[in-house]
Amino acid sequence: MLQSKTFVKKTRAGRVQKVVREHYLRDDISCGAASCSTCGAVEHPLSADAAAILVVDTNVVLHQIDLLENPAIDDIVLLSVVLDEVKNKNLAVFNRIKALCSNKARRFFVFTNEHHRDTYVKEMVGESPNDRNDRAIRVATRWYQSHLGENVKVLLITNDRDNKRKAIEEGINAETVESYVRSLAQPGLLDLVVVSTSGDVTMEDVEDLRPSKKKHKPMSEITAGLRCGIYHQGKLRVNRYNPFEAYVGSESIGDEIVIHGRSNMNRAFDGDIVAVELLPQDQWHESKSFIADDDEDDEEDVHLAPNSADDAPRKANPTQSTAASSADSVSSRPVGRVVGIIKRNWNSYCGSLEPMPMPAGSGGVAHALFVSKDRRIPKIRIQTRQLGNLLDKRIIVAVDSWDVLSRYPSGHYVVLIENDINTRPFSTQVLACLPPLPWTLSPEDLANPNRQDLRHVRVFSVDPPGCRDIDDALHCTPLPNGNFEVGVHIADVTNFVHPGTPLDEEASQRGTSVYLVGQRIDMLPKPLTEDVCSLRADVERLAFSVIWEMTPHADIISTRYTKSVIKSCAAMSYVEAQARMDDSRLVDPLTVDLRNLNSLAKIMRHRRCERGALTLASAEVKFEIDSETHDPLDIGIYQIREANQMIEEFMLAANISVAEKILKHFPLCSLLRRHPSPTKEMLEPLLRTASSVGLNLDVSSSKALAESLDNAKNDDPYFNKLIRILATRCMTQAVYFCSGDLTFSEYYHYGLAASLYTHFTSPIRRYADVIVHRLLAAALEIAKLPPLFQDGPQLTGVADNLNYRHRNAQMASRASVELHTLIYFRTRPMDTEARIVKIKANGFIVFVPKFGIEGPIYLTPKGDKGGDWVVDEVHQRVTKPGTNVSYAVLQTVMIHMEKR
Amino acid sequence: MEYVNPLTGFRVDGRRPNEMRQLKGEVGVVARADGSALFEMGNTRVIAAVYGPREVQNKGQQVNSKDALVRCEYRMADFSTGDRRRKPKGDRRSTEISLVIRQTMEASILTHLMPRSQIDIFVQVLQADGGTRAACINAATLALADAGIPMRDIVTSCSADLNYIEDSAGGPDVTVGFLTKMDKVTLLQMDAKLPMDTFETVMDLAIEGCKAIANYIREVLLENTKRLECQRDH
Repeated sequence: MLQSKTFVKKTRAGRVQKVVREHYLRDDISCGAASCSTCGAVEHPLSADAAAILVVDTNVVLHQIDLLENPAIDDIVLLSVVLDEVKNKNLAVFNRIKALCSNKARRFFVFTNEHHRDTYVKEMVGESPNDRNDRAIRVATRWYQSHLGENVKVLLITNDRDNKRKAIEEGINAETVESYVRSLAQPGLLDLVVVSTSGDVTMEDVEDLRPSKKKHKPMSEITAGLRCGIYHQGKLRVNRYNPFEAYVGSESIGDEIVIHGRSNMNRAFDGDIVAVELLPQDQWHESKSFIADDDEDDEEDVHLAPNSADDAPRKANPTQSTAASSADSVSSRPVGRVVGIIKRNWNSYCGSLEPMPMPAGSGGVAHALFVSKDRRIPKIRIQTRQLGNLLDKRIIVAVDSWDVLSRYPSGHYVVLIENDINTRPFSTQVLACLPPLPWTLSPEDLANPNRQDLRHVRVFSVDPPGCRDIDDALHCTPLPNGNFEVGVHIADVTNFVHPGTPLDEEASQRGTSVYLVGQRIDMLPKPLTEDVCSLRADVERLAFSVIWEMTPHADIISTRYTKSVIKSCAAMSYVEAQARMDDSRLVDPLTVDLRNLNSLAKIMRHRRCERGALTLASAEVKFEIDSETHDPLDIGIYQIREANQMIEEFMLAANISVAEKILKHFPLCSLLRRHPSPTKEMLEPLLRTASSVGLNLDVSSSKALAESLDNAKNDDPYFNKLIRILATRCMTQAVYFCSGDLTFSEYYHYGLAASLYTHFTSPIRRYADVIVHRLLAAALEIAKLPPLFQDGPQLTGVADNLNYRHRNAQMASRASVELHTLIYFRTRPMDTEARIVKIKANGFIVFVPKFGIEGPIYLTPKGDKGGDWVVDEVHQRVTKPGTNVSYAVLQTVMIHMEKR
Repeated sequence: MEYVNPLTGFRVDGRRPNEMRQLKGEVGVVARADGSALFEMGNTRVIAAVYGPREVQNKGQQVNSKDALVRCEYRMADFSTGDRRRKPKGDRRSTEISLVIRQTMEASILTHLMPRSQIDIFVQVLQADGGTRAACINAATLALADAGIPMRDIVTSCSADLNYIEDSAGGPDVTVGFLTKMDKVTLLQMDAKLPMDTFETVMDLAIEGCKAIANYIREVLLENTKRLECQRDH
């Protein structure tokens, strides 16, 4: 059965090296076809009644992956030689095809042709690797045909003319993608086929004659140019608010190169790695005054993404305003032009088609322009046969190519999204992992020696009103010695979500639940979040508990961790809990517990602030939603009560205790959360604003900052909050990380002034907490550590994914709030009070405290460079010379809001 | 890096997860030595030569006069790896492997039958492609048998089983030396961290491998004996 064959390969690892590897050829590889009787395999994904079994070549997989993902295409044989080539050329496509192959619902089969005795081909003398691989594909196809006999048609799908010709000469059935798809007679499928561009150019010429685009330089010239310093390499970042301007951060100059206009961008997309040529210096100046104008545009929508340091141009504000005030000063920012693209960053983009009339001869191919939701992406031209279907819908489009002669890149549409957000339902495989419903506490759970029965303890939960996924509950019992036993009980999600199951993988991918206005996209299926795991009142639930013994001065004497069974006696809302505490007539045990907890929390909070924890502020908005139209009825700032702070305090304490415990047991593979200290530059805008109103902030440490924020008071009641909001915007984002990747001093959480922190308290809606639960269970030796934790890089990957998902979720909820605010003001124009938060050359940005929104106010008509107004940089004030009209930062103004 | 392709169930070199590399053994490859063998496991190729039992050359080395003195020298040929480099004699790695082989073989040789004598084992790696330790022990066993030195049992070794690409990718590497008939482990080395229950399965796999190698070595020896018998008859 084993045949050994060694082959010789040259690899280039710095120098030429000869590599010899064992290569076993075997005769026990099955063909995967149900109609085959000789192989005798247990599994055969390829169906017996398939019209044809398709063998695809590498380029078909690389370019037509969207087509292959369509369920209409099935019975595909993927040769290992094809998979290897795809893996080397495009990892993203490889991952997609891999997912297809492991999907049981699809009939895809991977045939290891390279190790099959009859299909292995040796490279011939003078044959290129490409030709060898093509030949291997043909040999495998022929083997399939002869193996399966004449009853089954085996079809080679290739767009390579030469390969097809050779295949037919060798007596193999071969077709191109287009002709095959056409033979299926499903017009919808044809849209997914990526058409080679050769045919379209003529039409494009008629459409617009703008020969502004220059051909990209060949790669050899670019590398040579980069080496001798004519060209500069960097990642192109398009200005989020002005798609005609881009920046390339170049290491070779140490500055950012500005690129103006689409023609200078020369078909580069946001995120592409490009080679840039600098324009002569006399052209820099002229473009400079143009920037100042665009910068205004840039800031215009600033509230859309207040913290996106990644997208905003990295520029110091002083340069910008000097340029605006003295427009003829010589600029220091180099201006350039893209000469070539080193690495494309083409993705799929979400958006809709530009409104257009239905073409007369419907049914045929229509050309349409796709407008991405992301303004940085140019319009994309697509061909479709189902225009009527796609108009006014949200669709996803992939880019295929951008020809020198065409104004727009061309692409093809991928998916149609009916709603604004793709809320995929959970797959059946995921749902199969759920425990049988209705779930009740089983005797085994009670008999488990690792699970403590805490049903007799008076446990209760406090959450926002209407909360259905309750993941935390508390108890507080006075002890005979005058101390308190305080317990935090967290839903035991890991009892139901086991590592390695489809449910776990799905949750790991989603990373977090997304909260939108009036809607929630869950990380876990609803039965778990709202029933089985949710610590609802008067039902027995499984929990993971952290229990402290605390003195009345909130000193922790001992900490223990245990899995438990609890029965919550009350699920209160913050308002309810607050009302109970405030009502001095109530002396029932529950209320007493609440008051005890609250007094402990106050001490803990005070102590935390002493350490230097920042009390930051953000303007969270709450909507009342009309249940019929989903239009917002009322809008208001989310009010924070003492009860909220009480719960928050104990959650923080539980998180910190758990972080200490898991780090002690697993110093190298714990998942923690850190908050890096902000850099000087990041705090710069805050300091400038503060100093303009005569406030001196000490930012040397979080403690100093916290103190000076506390002292930032004047007769204006809202002043302090406003300064805190501005401070919050300067902060970095807190991130998850794997403890092995950083040193201890880097674990610090700046905002909480905690040396260690993690997330443990919301496993229903955050995957990080699920991981931490597993770590804690392993630390207590009641469960084994899943294999994930032995693989450092993989754990880091999970942490990165969580950070990414977390950020996305935040953006989505922010966008949702944004949208609802706009809908609200659409019908309700109003006058309201606002505060100036930023001064610009031709206007200022105001913040409306009542609604937590932000927007620009122009003092000049749009397009005007703001010549009449003079900015006073030191005092952050904009004045009209000759009048006494001036606006200063933090000043209160009355504004009128309405839909434009 | 994936050792086993999840889509096909094969390793990169075309083996199934628990399949051994191809084995090849040959005795009597060095005419001057008392016993010699060439052993191949995949691309790893090792030659072993045994001299003795003979009189102790350096009396100072003899620890006690009742047992035979076993000495072992391990070397990697300069050309055994891809990049040809002169390997210093007596470096840390080869000293360690020499010691490992000596101890493993000593456990199997009936040293008390050969007092006041010494046995020299020379092992040379001709081509290194992972699992050299195991291949060396197997070659030494074969050479000792060829030299007619009395042994308790055939000691074989198998590393659970990672060829060179996998080895350098940092996967776990467990080398086990095993007395097959006596069911005793004489050598156990591991260079990576492994969870306990995974270790058990890897260990079982390595022992299975040792047994299979022992069967193969027996076959080689039997064939060799038959050949010798044939030659004597004529």
